[in-house]
Amino acid sequence: MQVTSQSFKSNAGAALRDAALQRALKNLKAGFPGKRAAAIAKLPEFDQLRAAGRDLKNHVLEHLDFYLERFEAKVIEQGGQVHWARDAAEARQIVLDICRSVAARRVTKGKSMISEEIGLNEFLEAHSIQPVETDLGEYIIQLRHEHPSHIIAPAIHLNRDQVADAFHAHHGPYGFTERDENPRALMNEARQVLRQQFLSADVGITGANFCIAETGTTVIVTNEGNGDLTQILPRVHIALASIEKMVPTMEDVSTLTRLLTRSATGQEITVYTTFSSGPRRPDDLDGPEQFHVVLLDNGRSGMLGGEFQDMLRCIRCSACMNHCPVYGAIGGHAYGWVYPGPMGSVLTPQLVGIDAAGQLPNASTFCGRCEEVCPMHIPLPKMMRHWREREFERHLSPTGVRFGLGAWAFFAKRPKLYRVAAGFGAWLLRRLGGRKGRIERLPLAGGWTAWRDLPVPQGRTFQQQWAARQGARS
Amino acid sequence: MNATSSCPSKPRVGLFVTCLVDVFRPTIGFAAVKLLEDAGCTVEVPAAQTCCGQPAYNSGDRIDARDLARQVIVAFEDFDYVVVPSGSCGGTIKRHYPHLFDGDPAWQTRAERLSAKTFELVSFLTDVLGVERVIARYPDTVTYHDSCSGLRELGIKLQPRRLLATVADLDLREMAESEVCCGFGGTFCVKYPELSNRMVSEKAAHIQASEAGTLLAGDLGCLLNMAGKLQREGAAIKVRHIAEVLAGMADGPAIGEPD
Repeated sequence: MQVTSQSFKSNAGAALRDAALQRALKNLKAGFPGKRAAAIAKLPEFDQLRAAGRDLKNHVLEHLDFYLERFEAKVIEQGGQVHWARDAAEARQIVLDICRSVAARRVTKGKSMISEEIGLNEFLEAHSIQPVETDLGEYIIQLRHEHPSHIIAPAIHLNRDQVADAFHAHHGPYGFTERDENPRALMNEARQVLRQQFLSADVGITGANFCIAETGTTVIVTNEGNGDLTQILPRVHIALASIEKMVPTMEDVSTLTRLLTRSATGQEITVYTTFSSGPRRPDDLDGPEQFHVVLLDNGRSGMLGGEFQDMLRCIRCSACMNHCPVYGAIGGHAYGWVYPGPMGSVLTPQLVGIDAAGQLPNASTFCGRCEEVCPMHIPLPKMMRHWREREFERHLSPTGVRFGLGAWAFFAKRPKLYRVAAGFGAWLLRRLGGRKGRIERLPLAGGWTAWRDLPVPQGRTFQQQWAARQGARS
Repeated sequence: MNATSSCPSKPRVGLFVTCLVDVFRPTIGFAAVKLLEDAGCTVEVPAAQTCCGQPAYNSGDRIDARDLARQVIVAFEDFDYVVVPSGSCGGTIKRHYPHLFDGDPAWQTRAERLSAKTFELVSFLTDVLGVERVIARYPDTVTYHDSCSGLRELGIKLQPRRLLATVADLDLREMAESEVCCGFGGTFCVKYPELSNRMVSEKAAHIQASEAGTLLAGDLGCLLNMAGKLQREGAAIKVRHIAEVLAGMADGPAIGEPD
C-alpha cells in the first residue's frame, strides 16, 4: 500500500469536506466511547487489570526471544510450521509459497491488520490467487477497493447506503438483483455470498490477537464467526502474527482479552474466542490439514530496548482512535497508511520511516485522551514527542517552524530583552485591534485568523504593571 | 525545605505568570496574586521568567526546552512553592521537566525538587492551602471547560467546581464533552488550522448549547482559542479565566471584548 502520510494535511482537509464520511464518523463517536465507559464502569478492578496487562507485556518484551522460540517449538511439536519473516516482502512470499504448494486458487481471509501491513491481497491477486475477505467490514471495503479506515471496524467510514450500493454492484451474479438498504437484508446477502466462498477456498488466512508460547496456540478474538469458518474449512490455515503478539500462558490471554474487548467494543467478551493449536489430529472432527504461523518482524525488533518499546505492548483495541478528537474529525484514511489514529501516529513512522510519516506524530494537540484510555498504559503523546525530536534532530521539520522557534527561543532565553519585546508585541497587537478588542485578520497569523478572531492584549504586560506596582510600593 | 509535607504558615510563593498571561491578559496574573495573598501567601514574581519552554519541547527541540527549563529552575527553586495560573505550563514544569533531564542527574534532581513544589493555581488553593471558599460574586450562568493538561496531567476536575460553587449568584451549567480538547494545542492550532477549527467549532457548539452566559477555564491558550471562535461566530458569551471570577476581578471587559 502506498504511503500518503506526508499528504496528511490535504488528506485531512478533504476528509473534513467529505459529507458522507462526516455522516459516518458521527456513528463512531456516538458508539465506541460510551460502550467502553459502560463496560469499564461494571469492572471495578479494571485499573488493576491494566497494570497487570502492562506488566505482563513488559515481561514478554524483556524476554521476547525466549517466548518466540518456545512458541515455535510448541507449534512444531503439534505438527504445525513456523515461518520467520524479516519484512513485508518475505512474509508475502512465504504466504504465496504455501498457497502454491497446494495449488490454491482461492483464499478466504479473516480480519488481519498484518495482512494489510504486508499488502497481501494485491500481491496474491498479482499472482492469480483470489483473496476473499470474510469479515463483513473487510468484505465491504474489498468490494470498494479500499483499505480499512479503522483497525477493528474497517468500514466505519461508510454509511448504509454506500454498502447497499457496493452489494448491488457486485452481488448480481449471486442472484441478488434488488438494491436493499435494510441492514439485516444486507448482512444476509453477505452471509450467503460468503458461504460459497468459505466452502470453495483452498487456504484460510487469519491474523492472531495472541500467540501462546506455553502451548503453541494462536488466538483470534472475533464477533462474526467468519474467522472460524476461514480457518477450519480449507485444507490449510495460515495465521499471520507480528512478533510482539507473544504471551506466556493461557491465563495471560484471559487477562489481555478482558482488557481488549472492553476497550475495543465495550463487550465483556467477544462472541468467539478461537484457539488454534496445530493442524487437525486423527480424532478431530474437523480442522485444517496444515497449520502455518508466519511471524513478522518488519522493524519491530528495532523498537526493543529503545524509546518506542512501549508501543509493542499495543493489543490493537482501537480505544486510542475511538477517543481521539483528530481521528474523530477525519477518520482513518487521512493518516495515509495502514494504522490510523494515535497508535498509528507512533507506529507508522517506525514501519515506513519518519521522513515518510513525520506529519502523523505532529498532528496531535497532546490532549492525552489516547493515553488515558489505553488499556496497556502506552504513553502515546510522549512517543509522538519522541518522533518530533527525531525529526527536529534530523532537520526534517519545516524551515518556517524551525526559524520561528529559533527566533522565539532567542528572546525567551534573554529575559530582559524578552520583556521589551513582549511589551512591544502587546502594544502592537492592541493597536492593531483598535477599539474592538480583537483582530479579525492578521498577516502571518492566517492559520489563526482564517477561522477565529484573535483577542488582543489588555494593554501593558503583566511584568510591566508588576514592576510599576513594586516601584510604587517601595 | 520539603514543600509537600507541610504548609509553612506564610508560604513564599513564586508566581510563574506564563507568557500568554503576561502579554494577553495580565488581569489573570493579578487575580492569582490576590487569591494567593488572600489565602495567606507572600507572592513574588521573579523578573527572570519568560516561558516554560513548552513550545520548544513539543516541537522536538529538546535543547532550547532544556535551556528554558534551567532558566525557570534557577529563577524559582528558592521559593516554598511555584504557582502557575495554567494547567498546561504547570504540567510542563511538574510532569515534564524531570524527564527533560534524563541522563543529567544534577539538573534532574533540581527539576524534581521544583516539580514537587509546583502547582496549578486552583488546585494549589484547594489541595495544598485547603481553601474551601472564596469571597466573590458573579451573577451569571457559567460553563467550565476542562483543559487537557490540567485535567489529565494534574488531575484538575473537581477543584475548580468546588470553588465556583462558593461564588455568590453563580450558576454552573456543565456543557457536553467538557473534557474533549478545544483544538488549541499550542503550535497545533497554526500548524493544522483546519483540524483545529473543526475541534474548536464543536467545542463552541457545546458551549452555546449549554446556554451559559460565561465560559470559564484555567488555561489562557484554550480561552483565546474558544473566545476567538465564539466571537467569530457572533456568540454573545463572555470568556474569562476562572481566577478572575474567583478573585472577584471580573468587572472589566471579558477576553476579546472591547473596553
